[in-house]
Amino acid sequence: MAKVTLENLAHTYFNRADGAAEWAVKRVNLEWADGGAFALLGPSGCGKTTLLNIMSGLVHPTHGRILFGERDVTGLSPEERNIAQVFQFPVVYDTMSVYDNIAFPLRNRGMAESEIATRVAEIAELTELTPMLKQRAAGLTADGKQKISLARGLVRPDVNLVMFDEPLTVIDPHLKWVLRSKLRELHQRVGTTMIYVTHDQTEALTFADQVVVMNAGEVVQIGTPVELFERPQHTFVGHFIGSPGMNVLPTEIDNGKAVFAGLPVEVANPLSGSADGKLELGVRPEFVSFGTDGIPATITSVADAGRYRIVDTQASGHRIKLLVDEGEAIPAQDTYLRFDPGQTRLYRDGWLATEGVAR
Amino acid sequence: MSLELRNVTKQVGGEIHIFPTDLKLADDGFNILLGTTLAGKTTLMQLMAGLHSPTEGEVWFRGKNVTGVPVQKRNVSMVYQQFINYPNFDVYENIASPLRVAGMSDPVIKQRVHAVSDLLRLSPMLHRRPSELSGGQQQRTALARALVKDADLVLLDEPLANLDFKLREELRDELPKLLSGRDCTVVYATTEPSEALLLGGHTAAVEKGRVVQFGSTGSVYRDPDNFSSAAIFSEPPINRLALQKEGERLIAPSGDKWPLPSALAGAADGRYILALRPHNVTIARRHESDVPLAGQVVVTEISGSESVIHFEVLGTTWVSQSHGVHRLAVGSIGNFFADLGQALLFEPDGKRVKGGA
Amino acid sequence: MNKTINNRAWFLVIPVVALVAFNALIPLMTVVNYSVQETFGNNEFFWSGVTWFEQVLRDDRFHGALGRQLFFTGTILLIEVPLGIAIALTMPKKGPWVSVCLVLMALPLLIPWNVVGAMWNIMALPDIGLLGHTLNELGIDYNYTRQPVSAWVTLIAMDVWHWTSLVVLLSYAGLVSIPEAYFQAAKIDGAKSWAVFRYIQLPKMKRVLTIAILLRFMDSFMIYTEPSVLTGGGPGNSTTLLSIDLVKTALGQFDLGPAAATSLVYFLIVLLVSWVFYTLMMRNEES
Repeated sequence: MAKVTLENLAHTYFNRADGAAEWAVKRVNLEWADGGAFALLGPSGCGKTTLLNIMSGLVHPTHGRILFGERDVTGLSPEERNIAQVFQFPVVYDTMSVYDNIAFPLRNRGMAESEIATRVAEIAELTELTPMLKQRAAGLTADGKQKISLARGLVRPDVNLVMFDEPLTVIDPHLKWVLRSKLRELHQRVGTTMIYVTHDQTEALTFADQVVVMNAGEVVQIGTPVELFERPQHTFVGHFIGSPGMNVLPTEIDNGKAVFAGLPVEVANPLSGSADGKLELGVRPEFVSFGTDGIPATITSVADAGRYRIVDTQASGHRIKLLVDEGEAIPAQDTYLRFDPGQTRLYRDGWLATEGVAR
Repeated sequence: MSLELRNVTKQVGGEIHIFPTDLKLADDGFNILLGTTLAGKTTLMQLMAGLHSPTEGEVWFRGKNVTGVPVQKRNVSMVYQQFINYPNFDVYENIASPLRVAGMSDPVIKQRVHAVSDLLRLSPMLHRRPSELSGGQQQRTALARALVKDADLVLLDEPLANLDFKLREELRDELPKLLSGRDCTVVYATTEPSEALLLGGHTAAVEKGRVVQFGSTGSVYRDPDNFSSAAIFSEPPINRLALQKEGERLIAPSGDKWPLPSALAGAADGRYILALRPHNVTIARRHESDVPLAGQVVVTEISGSESVIHFEVLGTTWVSQSHGVHRLAVGSIGNFFADLGQALLFEPDGKRVKGGA
Repeated sequence: MNKTINNRAWFLVIPVVALVAFNALIPLMTVVNYSVQETFGNNEFFWSGVTWFEQVLRDDRFHGALGRQLFFTGTILLIEVPLGIAIALTMPKKGPWVSVCLVLMALPLLIPWNVVGAMWNIMALPDIGLLGHTLNELGIDYNYTRQPVSAWVTLIAMDVWHWTSLVVLLSYAGLVSIPEAYFQAAKIDGAKSWAVFRYIQLPKMKRVLTIAILLRFMDSFMIYTEPSVLTGGGPGNSTTLLSIDLVKTALGQFDLGPAAATSLVYFLIVLLVSWVFYTLMMRNEES
């Protein structure tokens, strides 16, 4: 177990990459603390799987290095790095029993059979595979096989890092909850550094203590689920996290105040300085409410999501969504909207606006 | 008068895949088939389309008996979970293919293809092959091909399942708008309750080859007829507890006595199963009548604005879903409040018991 | 799958049924006919029941030919299957060399079989053949026209050269379809190449290999053209395989009864082994 450092990593799959678009990973500097539960979250094609494969040693990065603790492991092969990886679809050795599958990495390292037996029993108990140890691995269901993959990853006592590459892809939706909680429970019991790569925000936010959001090969924000939710540093993060995502509205500064639809809007980060760059307001649907005054809007549709409802409105030619709890009243067509000032923020060119220096 | 299944069954080999089913779909809005994988949703859709014939029973569409009519003769289009496109055709030809099979003239084809591709924002990509497109674009091509046909029956079998989370949201928003205003019956299969709710329309809850309930989505969600229906329509999984009712009280297996919610007043005394959706079990007390529950925390899951906590109570594991971030340590004792006013009561055999004085 | 019933499909099958009936069923029935009858010429036939079958099954000559055939098939399976898998493992999965390798592998399969026999016949001639002469120059006493051992070695070498490519191509197809993630997982698990072969590649090739073995068994058991052109069954009858023996009986000696009986026994052996294989394969699929 060790701290994992990514230093100036960049990678392209092309021999000669001229344009920026050809770099799968652009310039990543990251530190994963020892024993943490992390998620790498981003849309398809953002470079997260490439980054994962670089960390596990399956891909050699074009630039940069990786350190486990103080050791430079960039040139090492996967088995030399002592990592474990669980893939999108279950990888099990069909001809072997569940027991043999889990014991496989230990046998390859020449561990004594008696030690192997103890270790396998421990891990089987953790992953709830104990009743199936004698069965042939090929006969289990998809989630059973993923558990075997998981067990195989955890069974080595000195594993540095466990990585998950969208592991719940083939799992039945009603079993995803069970496995998701299981993964988090496992982390809390085993304590190894774990990195979970996914495009699904629920999976990322529920598993991880710290989430790294990526887009187009770059890291956009790192933070706890709460930080990402409440204080997105980029409109991309605001849009990507949260269902539905953050409302992003064009705005202007008039007399030091942000203005939308001709009306002043209180923001949590007012700018007293210059107002150049593209200015936008970001406010999550959770923090928009109906009121007797404020921004005039017309309700266009109401979608029922069970315990809350998503109300779609049009205000000054822009779409604003808000969430209303089950049981709360929704006014008639024309109404006014209020934004929670503590949760409304100004963004300049996509990034959270700060005084002075433009990003 | 839309699609009707009359006493339809489907048996393959020795196995019964669909038990005798009567179903009358709605004319407008989405008809959603909700259930876990292998519940029978795809088989039902294939029977509706005419891809398979029912072992017994009849399929009626718009007042005509179409049982046994092969799918080529029906005016049906289908969109699958895996993005199915002709790999050797470009997007334009892919979308045009059903129209070419129908023998329409080139100018008509051109006009209709352009209309649909504008709707699905595929116009800049008309000359690319499917392998050059992203997942979302490929699925939109498949959708365009289904829409251009102007079919009477449009079947969508978990079309968004293979897409990114955010893309799924976007397309889910767009789909009802794309399909509104057309004279067709729409059937949509999904495994996710939230998707069913957001799409609205009518929902058939399907479990192990049976339709356990059919009705408007809101009513199936709020007013399930039986336990299966309630369980299918719940994510995270619904909380259940076997208990007894005596007079004005509910008696938990631990002996705790709880006041009977007014909504359940008319029920007879006896043994029941109580079901409560996780968002009605919260960390904060929301009503006077909320029942306190305490248990050892098994797992805490935070998702930015909500906390989902699994805890052991009354001999089983319950799930609570609360607003805000509450990090309870595993193994610690958590205190929760259950809003029994929202509880659903079922007979041990699964049938719903409503109050009603 | 239970498709909607369309009876018109049956009409499409009639031409094929007619063709098969004419080319296969009728001749087969004729052979059955001959096998249970005896003739002394003049187109007069007498019923003889199972006489011919008894005679054939007791005949030393038949036993000899059958024994040689089994030895031949067994040997080439033992050589061609592992060799084919080994070659497939070394072929590249991606890149410009893939097509080159595939074409090279396909070439031996495209040569007409009698040409193959003729090629090896001439090439192995001990005095003027490239192979034969070189071997003799190297001090090896090699003459396939006179020595049974040399004849067998040449026969087997010819078949291996001709047909291993089939096993290679089938194995390659099976190997290429294994998802990359399996190899990545094995790397991470620290598995050595032998373990990767044994636990990932071989199991995933099972279905493809079963087909390859079945095809090679059937083809080699019925082989006629190449050995006939190469050695004609000689020297003496040392390379007289079952098919060659059968042709000699039927067309050489014109013993229609025994020949027909041998044909049927031959046919039934192939049928039986193929059926056993097929059942094993199907049972594997279900499990």
